[in-house]
Formats: sequence, C-alpha cells, structure tokens
Amino acid sequence: MHELSIALSIIEGVEQELARRSTDSVAVVHLRLGPLSGVVKEALLFSYELACEGSSLAGSRLEIEDIPVLIYCPLCDKEQPALSMQNLRCSACGTPSGDVRKGSELEVFALELNNECATQTG
Amino acid sequence: MSAQPRLVEVRQKVLKRNDVLARELRERFRAAEVAVVSLVSSPGSGKTAILEKTLSLLRPKTRVAALVGDLATDNDAVRLARSMAPVRQITTGTICHLDAEMVTKALEGWNLDELDLLFIENVGNLVCPSSYDLGENFRVVLMSVTEGEDKPLKYPTIFNTADLALITKSDLADAVEFDWDAAKRNINAVRPGMEILGVSSKTGEGMPVWLERCLRVRV
Repeated sequence: MHELSIALSIIEGVEQELARRSTDSVAVVHLRLGPLSGVVKEALLFSYELACEGSSLAGSRLEIEDIPVLIYCPLCDKEQPALSMQNLRCSACGTPSGDVRKGSELEVFALELNNECATQTG
Repeated sequence: MSAQPRLVEVRQKVLKRNDVLARELRERFRAAEVAVVSLVSSPGSGKTAILEKTLSLLRPKTRVAALVGDLATDNDAVRLARSMAPVRQITTGTICHLDAEMVTKALEGWNLDELDLLFIENVGNLVCPSSYDLGENFRVVLMSVTEGEDKPLKYPTIFNTADLALITKSDLADAVEFDWDAAKRNINAVRPGMEILGVSSKTGEGMPVWLERCLRVRV
C-alpha cells in the first residue's frame, strides 16, 4: 500500500530528528496534510500504526492537520480557498486559477516528546 | 515524574529522501543538458504506443532514450527498443510507481552527455506517481478517449501535478462519441490553463504538434 511507504518515510524522518536531539521517546507526531499531496488520510493513519511496530516510535500517535486548497485569485488579488479539488475556482468570485498556494503539503511540523524526568525543561 | 509532553517544532517534508534524490537527478540532467519528459496515465492509455512512435520519429535528428517502469515483464522495453533508441526497463516488483532512486539506478552506465531528450514512462497508475518527483522537466498525463471525459475530475491530483494533458487514441473518438469540449472543460476545472493536445499513434494525427512540443521542453 502506497501510504505504508509514506508512513515508513515519516518514521524514518522522525527517528533522524530524535537522534539529532539525543532523545528517543515520541508521544505524538504532528503532520500537515493537503489533499493535493495524493495521500489519503485514513489510509495513512492506519499505515502509521502498522509501520510503528517494532520501531522506536511504537506506541506513538500520528495527528494530522488538514490543509485546505488555497489558490491565488487574480481578481481578488489574494489567496482564497478553492471551490474544491475538482474545481480550482476562487470560492469568493469564481475565477479559475492554476496558481495553487496551499494544499499539497505532506510535512511533519511538530513532535510531542515524552519527558522522562520532571526536572527537564522544554 | 511529570507526564507533561514537550512540544518541539520541526519542519520536515516527508518524501524528503525522494526529493533529495530527485533534486540530484535534476542537477545531473541540467549539467548534461538533457531535457526529461515523464509520462503518467492509467494502464492501457497508450503510453508505450505513443512513446514508441515518438522515439522512432525523433531518433534520427535527436539523441533520445527512454526508461520504462512496470511491475513485471520487460515487454514494454522490448517494444520501445524497436525504435532503435536506447531503452531500459525498470521492474518494480510490487511498487506501484517509479521513484527517484529507481531512476538513478536505471541510469547507471549511461552517459547523459550523449543524450538530448530522455523519456520516463511511469507505471500505469493515476494515483501514486503524483507524489514522486523523478527529476523530470516536464510531466505529461495521458488519457485515452475511451476512458471518459470525467477522468480529470476523478483524478485531480495527477492532473494538477502535470504540465500537459495528452488525449490519446483520437482515432477512436467518434466510435465512443468522445466529447472533446467536456474533456477540455474538466481538465481546465482541475488545472486551469493546462496545455492539452490530442493524438493518435495509429493514424499519426496530432503527432507533429506533440513532437514539436517535446523538442521545446527546456532543461
């Protein structure tokens, strides 16, 4: 399954980040996901659980922030939500635009680490 | 012991490894002045047929080559090799798309300085390839007239990540009562202003314009 290889990539990336910070306990991985990334949210959540097994991230949770499709509307002269993925028109005035500014994200933007010791400061 | 989690900000694009490899490929192609065109479509849209014709017609004057991806068999590479252009097959096993690592491995032993134009035919799949940069300069999404005018609406992501929509098997358009206007409307809905061309590898209709477009792809 395609989302499984994406989940493995997420875990690989997080493990590298953890090694950089000399810590190895992650509670939550926060991910931004746009519909134009081609990745299906439910499939990714399911795959993440599978992919974690046996890794240092076992037991961690993937939390996904949905990013809407935003296009630059030349008429409104600003970024506007598109009507839908099938209809890249400004939701305010209906002008079509191929200038997609947001919506294809697939990025980890934050990690919630488990504190081992009460004296650790963030 | 406190159970308070610590939130750290990171900024990490997933598929990072593929992006890094794709960027390296792009640099190599640029240095060698090879323009790279990738083809994506559903299975059976006619990628190999168009590519075979394209390679044969371009080969005398342009130094062309092709990489073709399939889960199994080297049938496509054998067909494309009839054009007499250098061709290599990438067999992915179970993986439903090509990625930059596969392309990098497949190019081993080829001198890119000896090429002007490289075509990469992806695995027949309209879903997964959209997420994987192969280092190409130009991505073409193919759909045949037999697939229905609403194809773009069903697969907006792949159309959105492509530069040109190539409508194939135009010789069958009348037989299936293909509505060109509806197809163009739908393509424009998911990717306003997208370049659209129609071809038939069988009759040659539209091929001159397609070939000329390929030759205009800039590194």
